[in-house]
Amino acid sequence: MIINHPILGPRDAAEFTYLGDVSLLDRPDWQSANAPQEFHDYMYLRNNPAGQHRELWYHELGDRSWLVVTRNTLTHEISKVELASDVARARGNSK
Amino acid sequence: MRFSGFKVIKEALMGHKGWGPQWRDPEPKKHYDIIIIGGGGHGLATAYYLAKEFGQKNIAVIEKGWIGGGNVGRNTTIIRSNYMLDGNGPFYEFSLKLWEGLEQDFNYNAMVSQRGILNLAHTDGQRDAYIRRGNAMILNGADAEYLTADQLRKKLPFLNFDNARFPIKGGLAQRRGGTVRHDAVAWGYARGADQRGVDIIQNCEVTGFRIKNGKCLGVETSRGFIGATKIGTAVAGSSGRLMAKADMRLPIESHVLQAFVSEGLKPVLPGVITFGAGHFYVSQSDKGGLVFGGDIDGYNTYAQRGNLPVVEDVCEGGMAIMPMIGRARLLRMWGGVMDMSMDGSPFIDKTHIDGLYFNGGWCYGGFKATPASGFCFAHLLAKDEPHEVATEFRLDRFMRGHMIDEKGMGAQPNLH
Repeated sequence: MIINHPILGPRDAAEFTYLGDVSLLDRPDWQSANAPQEFHDYMYLRNNPAGQHRELWYHELGDRSWLVVTRNTLTHEISKVELASDVARARGNSK
Repeated sequence: MRFSGFKVIKEALMGHKGWGPQWRDPEPKKHYDIIIIGGGGHGLATAYYLAKEFGQKNIAVIEKGWIGGGNVGRNTTIIRSNYMLDGNGPFYEFSLKLWEGLEQDFNYNAMVSQRGILNLAHTDGQRDAYIRRGNAMILNGADAEYLTADQLRKKLPFLNFDNARFPIKGGLAQRRGGTVRHDAVAWGYARGADQRGVDIIQNCEVTGFRIKNGKCLGVETSRGFIGATKIGTAVAGSSGRLMAKADMRLPIESHVLQAFVSEGLKPVLPGVITFGAGHFYVSQSDKGGLVFGGDIDGYNTYAQRGNLPVVEDVCEGGMAIMPMIGRARLLRMWGGVMDMSMDGSPFIDKTHIDGLYFNGGWCYGGFKATPASGFCFAHLLAKDEPHEVATEFRLDRFMRGHMIDEKGMGAQPNLH
């Protein structure tokens, strides 16, 4: 697979490590009344779809940026690559 | 029909015209007591044991494609019980014992071959860890033996003992481990289940669950609605996709594991050998091909194929311990999709939906578990309580903090 890095251009996926579903950006509020359940769901449960999947990749052997890659889990086709920091800010996270 | 030496001779003389189909191809009934979704090794084994050991009648196995066409036909056929943790050890040892009696039990030649498995150790720390694991195995009733480098040199002279980076210091052997003819496992269970009245319904895809007031009443399929009192799912690899139809999120990601077979060679490998410093394992099939594999690719996928960097990594692992493998030509490679769970261990449990039971999360170790998985899932379905060796495989174990993490990697499925 080739990941089209928004800054560096097309890079071999072997330069990256994979973390998982983009929902891992949405860390629950630790002060929430239901925090134990929310953290359990955040850490352990996954959507795991067959089709479009937004996921976190880390450019470990490159510029060490985190990316959000939109990829089809049935064909491995990558349709969109964004900087995770941009995605996080758009979701209202602090960084 | 029972298979026997007499029957083989008789059919040889009669031109092999009397064998007949080994299982029926029935139309689905309107209602079953128990439906198993998934006609792979685990699903067929569950139906077989439900009928044979737990006295259940009126059972169906529903399969999207053809039976044995999923991971039971795509694995590297290894059986073993070299686990350390209490939640796993007794379960896999129970499975190995079932393997040992399986062919007599279901009257089918599954070519169970206890040729042994050897995990190589490359550092002093790894040696100590393997000896500890071996002791845990013995405590759980399995067999284990630590072999020194000198013992291995006599037995396996072709290994690269003096590799500067990964010298072989010894290895943990389980002599009762080995390999099995994987397709025959599915066929044997299917035939045994069919003989006991189980309906095996192929080309019947489950498209949804009919759930009312928290109770599952049956499944919507490509061949219409089929009602059931209890429904068990055994579709590891596609668990995420199937259970999403019941609005369940699972502690599972689907990943692809690649496997490889070389051209046929004369016998060179006496058993299964695994590399301890990287991830590589190899055995030799009865046809002579070297069957080997390594790490999963490491990203979510339902595609039954992987990418080239892992192929390179697997070949490097092979060359590191067994340089002679470089002379063999690769014949085939393929990928299988597996449920990678959050702690590397499986689930055999009720769901929060009444009447819906879940079996999955087998990671890349589901084949060896087939008999015990079927037996324990049948126990759960028939008696509504877990079998004594499968009490830890619960869906809520992360909430309770009782994960079974053999590798100690945490909630990162691609590292297990």
